[in-house]
Amino acid sequence: MEWRDEGVLLSLRKHGETAAIIEVFTERHGRHAGVVRGAMSRRLAPLLQPGAQLALEWRARLEDHLGSYRVEPVKSRAGAVLGDRRALAGLSAVCALLDFTLPEREPHPDLYRRSVALLDALGAGRDWPLDYLRWEMRLLEEMGFGLDLSCCAVTGATEGLAYVSPRTGRAVSRAGAGEWQERLLPLPPELAGGGSGSRQNLLAGFALTGHFLESWLAPALGDRPLPGARGRLVDRLARDPPGGNR
Amino acid sequence: MSQGTRDIEELIDLMARLPGLGPRSARRAVLQMIKKRGQVMAPLAEAMATVAETARECANCGNIGTAEICDICRAENRANGQICVVEDVADLWAMERGGVYGGRYHVLGGTLSALDAVGPEELRIPRLLDRLEEEKVEEIVLALGATVDGQTTAHYIADQLEGRGVSVTSLAQGVPIGGELDYLDDGTITAALKARKAF
Repeated sequence: MEWRDEGVLLSLRKHGETAAIIEVFTERHGRHAGVVRGAMSRRLAPLLQPGAQLALEWRARLEDHLGSYRVEPVKSRAGAVLGDRRALAGLSAVCALLDFTLPEREPHPDLYRRSVALLDALGAGRDWPLDYLRWEMRLLEEMGFGLDLSCCAVTGATEGLAYVSPRTGRAVSRAGAGEWQERLLPLPPELAGGGSGSRQNLLAGFALTGHFLESWLAPALGDRPLPGARGRLVDRLARDPPGGNR
Repeated sequence: MSQGTRDIEELIDLMARLPGLGPRSARRAVLQMIKKRGQVMAPLAEAMATVAETARECANCGNIGTAEICDICRAENRANGQICVVEDVADLWAMERGGVYGGRYHVLGGTLSALDAVGPEELRIPRLLDRLEEEKVEEIVLALGATVDGQTTAHYIADQLEGRGVSVTSLAQGVPIGGELDYLDDGTITAALKARKAF
């Protein structure tokens, strides 16, 4: 068995003294593991950092074998973000969440393209937290836990959506919330097609996606805790002054 | 297999588990030791027994030594207000080989890692914070790997040290001595360009 593809390195685990088992996210083969011989060598180790874009050649005797990779670097993203606390936290969170959530060998081409675009934005110094939030929404959707923000679950209205039900994941309008308002999760306008991307709104958005990642997605994946990298990113964004980059 | 041969095979098997050795090289090493029993094997066995008995982590910095507090922490001339934070004892030894750094160390015992579920509580960060006052520290040198995990840990520690009155520095990243740009990966070149200095 053999294929060639391009992918993002999600994680690396040492295998013996010089080899490593890597997990990559590819467009046509999804999250796919394989052994890289000589991965810990001086030549390859700097290239095999999470977030790196790699040209991959996978080979195995049988389809269900782990197989081995030959890798060529296409783009290193770590070098551009190592000195930038926020971007580094973002890169770690993206890779850790993909590694945590994606089923093995199941292609998610749209999520792949969005992930690559987001990772490129991190290193380019652009304002990316809102893109990251939308990426988490897309991740939930791709994993089968998308939120229904099309209309109010109570009144059916499509305007004035301000909350999300923590139980059903459906939007609720301000008018429809009534006395249940306290029990609902705030829906930032950025996720309802408006807003200016203020820090307060972003943090409300992260609380929203975090709730569903924790209460819907993680239990479906064996009830493992969410990767700490996501929590560290949210802490970082909450801590940094608006527009702060270091 | 006779009892004697079995003992030797067991020794070869144990040696083969060491880093850098495989079954064949372990076999050669054991054969060499047996041939030079007096000069190599007996002193080696004795030294290993002693170290197995006495080796321990320094209660202060996490270095490996044979006393509760290691030689570096005990040395008065190393109390210069600097602590160099490293991931592992191997990194401490690498810094000492350089012979340039004259302060004390702090060994974390790992880095933050999402994959291995290593969080701040698994590292020796609380002890580092305690040492700031105990040893009147003025500068923390973050000497962690230029990897995603290493730098994530460095930023985390820098956050913890904020507002504690110590200056936080880190090792430079860029072109290694003897390195030619043509042979460097683009990540290293990016980091080097970002950290460029007046010449």
